[in-house]
Amino acid sequence: MRRLPSLLTWTVIALAGAVAFGRLALVRGESISAAWLLTAALCTYAVAYRFYSRFIASRVFALDDSRATPAHRLEDGRDFVPTNRWVAFGHHFAAIAGPGPLVGPTLAAQFGFLPGAIWIIVGVVLGGAVQDFVILCASMRRDGKSLGQMAADEIGPMAGNVALVAILGIMVILISVLGLVIVNALKASPWGVVTIGLTIPIALIMGVYLRYIRPGRVLEGSAIGVVLLIGALFAGRWVAEQPVLAATFTLSATTLAISVMVYGFVASVTPVWLLLAPRDYLSAFVKIGVVLELAVGIGLVLPPLRMPALTQFGNGTGPVFAGKLFPFAFITIACGAISGLHALIASGTTPKLLNIESNARLIGYGAMLMESFVAIMALIAACLLTPGVYFAINAPVSALGTTVESAAHAVASWGFTLSPGELTTLAHRVGEQTLLSRTGGAPSLAVGMAQLFSNILGGDTAMALWYHFAIMFEALFILTTLDAGTRVGRFLLQDLGKRFWEPFGRVSWYPSVILASALFVLMWGYFLYWGVQDPLGGVNSLWPLFGISNQLLAAVALCVGTTVIMNQGKLRYAVITAVPLIWLVIITMTAGLEKLLSPDPKLGFLAHAQSLKQAILTGIFPHGVTNASVASRLIWNDRLDAAVTMFFLGAVIVILLTSMNQWRHKLRRHGIRHTPVIPA
Amino acid sequence: MTFTALLHRIVGAPDYQAYLEHMRRCHPEAEPLLEMEFFQQRLNDRYNRVGARCC
Repeated sequence: MRRLPSLLTWTVIALAGAVAFGRLALVRGESISAAWLLTAALCTYAVAYRFYSRFIASRVFALDDSRATPAHRLEDGRDFVPTNRWVAFGHHFAAIAGPGPLVGPTLAAQFGFLPGAIWIIVGVVLGGAVQDFVILCASMRRDGKSLGQMAADEIGPMAGNVALVAILGIMVILISVLGLVIVNALKASPWGVVTIGLTIPIALIMGVYLRYIRPGRVLEGSAIGVVLLIGALFAGRWVAEQPVLAATFTLSATTLAISVMVYGFVASVTPVWLLLAPRDYLSAFVKIGVVLELAVGIGLVLPPLRMPALTQFGNGTGPVFAGKLFPFAFITIACGAISGLHALIASGTTPKLLNIESNARLIGYGAMLMESFVAIMALIAACLLTPGVYFAINAPVSALGTTVESAAHAVASWGFTLSPGELTTLAHRVGEQTLLSRTGGAPSLAVGMAQLFSNILGGDTAMALWYHFAIMFEALFILTTLDAGTRVGRFLLQDLGKRFWEPFGRVSWYPSVILASALFVLMWGYFLYWGVQDPLGGVNSLWPLFGISNQLLAAVALCVGTTVIMNQGKLRYAVITAVPLIWLVIITMTAGLEKLLSPDPKLGFLAHAQSLKQAILTGIFPHGVTNASVASRLIWNDRLDAAVTMFFLGAVIVILLTSMNQWRHKLRRHGIRHTPVIPA
Repeated sequence: MTFTALLHRIVGAPDYQAYLEHMRRCHPEAEPLLEMEFFQQRLNDRYNRVGARCC
């Protein structure tokens, strides 16, 4: 009888979630409160955490608190440190969460709120959280081994090498697309440029403080940093109000792209204590603060979702990015539903912190649910805008034209309403010159957040401050990923390069440091530079590539997970990772092939190249292409994008085939390879 | 654990006191690193390798 109250509670939670989902799916015509979406998400997370993650913990991995974790067995006071589970949760969450779950759902809102919402919620409980949890458990049982090592050990050396090169490819695409998001958020915005620019000297001040003035007092240093950040916000506003200064800091997209590249290079070769580490601390604090704030804001206001549940763009005619709902909704939203990059964290620092085995459930499965919740909140922030405003901000110039009048006309042709004055007024209210075609997701999220927060605090006068506050923290996340990512890329390159020329791999030899950093910055810088010039809007080609590459890494992780479960002799439970794996293979393959072969020039890279070739012959160029030499360059880029897509697809196939070969052997004889049980 | 130490751990900042404690407990014979050396060593360890960086 003791179980009856629990049974009743969980029945109520499950029913509430089901009712909320039903309400979301059936709404037509009128706007619906965000409360329904929050209820559907939170109830699903609760049920999945209580039942599914427990099933995985007890049945699949048989997590056992009497078994010593690597943090205890290998304790060194540095990497391997037994850590309180909530602290480890916070650390893991701060490491996995970045700009990804904010941008993806914003872009996918062009299909309406329903497809994104379902994929974020269902994808995480059956896919993303399972992946993170399984990889964390696997790594914990293997002394904290990395994903690449596990791929090599469990599947084969080939899989390990593919994983390594794939990670390099993903870093290139990730950094270039994030750079593009930042460029689009800052172009023609003196306020934004000054605020974000000032975050660099702020990090330097923190760096000096933490090294020379009060060594290691990270909390004090970060508090100073936060105060200075708020100062930077007001400094930006002041500059934007001075006509001469404002003109000086109104930068073109190309200038910004080059500045971002220079910054990435400098950050990669500067000592870490000066720039990277202080930025990282500041970013982690701001990240946790903003997520809590967003939750409180949405919880208090419960805004109505003005975007319809489904728009007509499911058929592939959407202006924000090309492609049908299937598979592109599932590619566009990677982080928040399932993200392969998390597997690197779950097999990096986190497994070395676990105090007892059962903590892996909260940290692996739970932290990913939290990230999914961030994605749901970003979706709400995008959908609380009227569809007219949403599309005017997120559609590229090629779809909207260059004036608010042409934009209003285009929006009307899609069946939504937007008066030209509305957009101009909104731009002034948030302290920007224009909001037209500010693609990449960051500006529209910031407008959504500014509307939300100005409801609670400060009213209309504070809206511009809230907008730039949102832009500032998004840029802070992104620049932190960009500078640390460039450094990671440099090490990956050096690691690969030393196989051909040994001195290239020396990590503290200046010539090779400079060379590898420059090389890696040029790799992502190339995509960024041409993404900025792309007449279709670079987001259209780069974001799907990022989605495909991230899902590819998730496929690698799930192959490793499936093999690990099989190696434990639990063949039938391999289904829990095999099902999301099959789904990922289907969506990455379909999306990749469509990006390659679709006859629609907006969607297919090769078709786009073909249409430009035609343009050179006829001499009639599409909007944004000025002459034949630009067109030839764009043709080359389309082919490069196609080659990158083919590489990612090839990598998926290689990993899958080598894994399947392993699984065939496993089905014949069982082998167990994890660390033997040692009592705590 | 103090509140400060807790926040340090969450953002991944090095915790010198915890390190000293570990050295006292497990390696009493060894000379622990000085505070500055420890911070430098931790930062190099965290950033000078193919670590993970997330979206």
